[in-house]
Amino acid sequence: MIDWTIVRDMLPAFWNGLLMTLLLLVSSAIAGLALAVPLAVARSARSRWARWPVFGFTYVIRGTPLLVQLFIIYYGLPQFGVIRNSALWPVLRDPWFCAWLAFTLNTTAYTTEIFAGAIRTTPSGEIEAARAMGLSRAQVFRDVFWPGAWRRALPQYGNEIVQLMHATALASTVTIVEILRVGRDVYTNYLKIPESFGMAAVFYLVLTLVLTGLFRALERHYLRHLDPRASITPRPDPVKEPAHA
Amino acid sequence: MFHGYLPMILDGLRVTLSVALVSLAVACIFGLMGASAKLSASPVLRGIAGAYTTVIRALPDLLLMLIVFYGGQILLNRVAAARGWDYIDINAFLAGTITLGFVFGAYLTETFRGAILAIPRGQIEAGHAMGLTRGQVMRDIVIPQMVRHAIPGFTNNWLVMLKATALVSIIGLDDMVHRASLASAATREPFTFYALIGAIYLAVTTLSILALGALERRVSRGVRPEATA
Repeated sequence: MIDWTIVRDMLPAFWNGLLMTLLLLVSSAIAGLALAVPLAVARSARSRWARWPVFGFTYVIRGTPLLVQLFIIYYGLPQFGVIRNSALWPVLRDPWFCAWLAFTLNTTAYTTEIFAGAIRTTPSGEIEAARAMGLSRAQVFRDVFWPGAWRRALPQYGNEIVQLMHATALASTVTIVEILRVGRDVYTNYLKIPESFGMAAVFYLVLTLVLTGLFRALERHYLRHLDPRASITPRPDPVKEPAHA
Repeated sequence: MFHGYLPMILDGLRVTLSVALVSLAVACIFGLMGASAKLSASPVLRGIAGAYTTVIRALPDLLLMLIVFYGGQILLNRVAAARGWDYIDINAFLAGTITLGFVFGAYLTETFRGAILAIPRGQIEAGHAMGLTRGQVMRDIVIPQMVRHAIPGFTNNWLVMLKATALVSIIGLDDMVHRASLASAATREPFTFYALIGAIYLAVTTLSILALGALERRVSRGVRPEATA
């Protein structure tokens, strides 16, 4: 049923596609995380001048399809002569950079909202206790506020990273050869589903499992205090006692 | 400003909204079936529903859409060839709505399952003890409360699905995104048209949030606001 020679011949192409998917995922996830942390703080600030622009940004990004955002950046921006003549043009005409930019903006918006939610649910007593203990503002932020918010955000952030990985498949629409593009090309050449889209599905499935496993490990580490079994202080090996008669 | 292409784009909006609404109906059917299967006593049904939600949520929408579109085509024509029918061209609208419905049915399965589990078991038992039939318990106790618990998740899934309809342009459906690309090519003003449809999507999103928020308030009337923290 499955033509294994096609699978074998196309394996290197899929492997390169996987590397491209990972490159897009990791580079936009890192940039998104770096942007989302300060934006989330601004989003939950008391001043409306800090809050509203960030909300406007996340609302627009979250309210429009990623495909349209990608097309606006890749096909849309060159409409303006200013951009075609600017120093940024060599980067902005590059499909890879456009895809990276679209994914980064997208994940920044979602991550900002996740972190802002985690910040909003910070128990005020935690902060007050830390201040009462004489910790400075910087210490409170670094040692109390941020670790707590990060722990609360972690499960949702893990979902967001899996969604971002799936979203990188849209890069195939702007000529980038990642996993899905390889699958589509193999389909065009051989017109066989399992060897083309089936293979791509296997790669995405494994990637999803690896990412969810990774985040489960992170949750086990950071949310250890919530696990009723792990939080018990480790005891020495139980001494074997004779069963009750 | 839009060189007379606005009516064409708005007609594309009609296609986009039909795809979204038909997909939503399909997704609700798959979601209700999935949720009942997950909560059923049969391990086989639970296993099938578990595999369905796990696999679907582990793959990109676009990949699933291409598999259903091309795979469905091949499957259908194999059947057609065996029966001596003519070549069947699978309709992009059908392929798009079935795929989106199937994919988001997996997400709605979890929403509906959670909503049903949020209803205190004692209420259902009390209903049976009072002599209500299964159908009456479903209609008068489970569904009214399930709707209330499901609305936040439902709203979220609807918004994600509405945006996912943009992908049907890739399998050749003449939706708003496809119209925008046609208008862009004709006028050489891609930014204008992609930004226009972006604004239209944003407007539909905003209206959906307002409408579903009003619905949530309506079905939650008589519920005391829960104490926060």
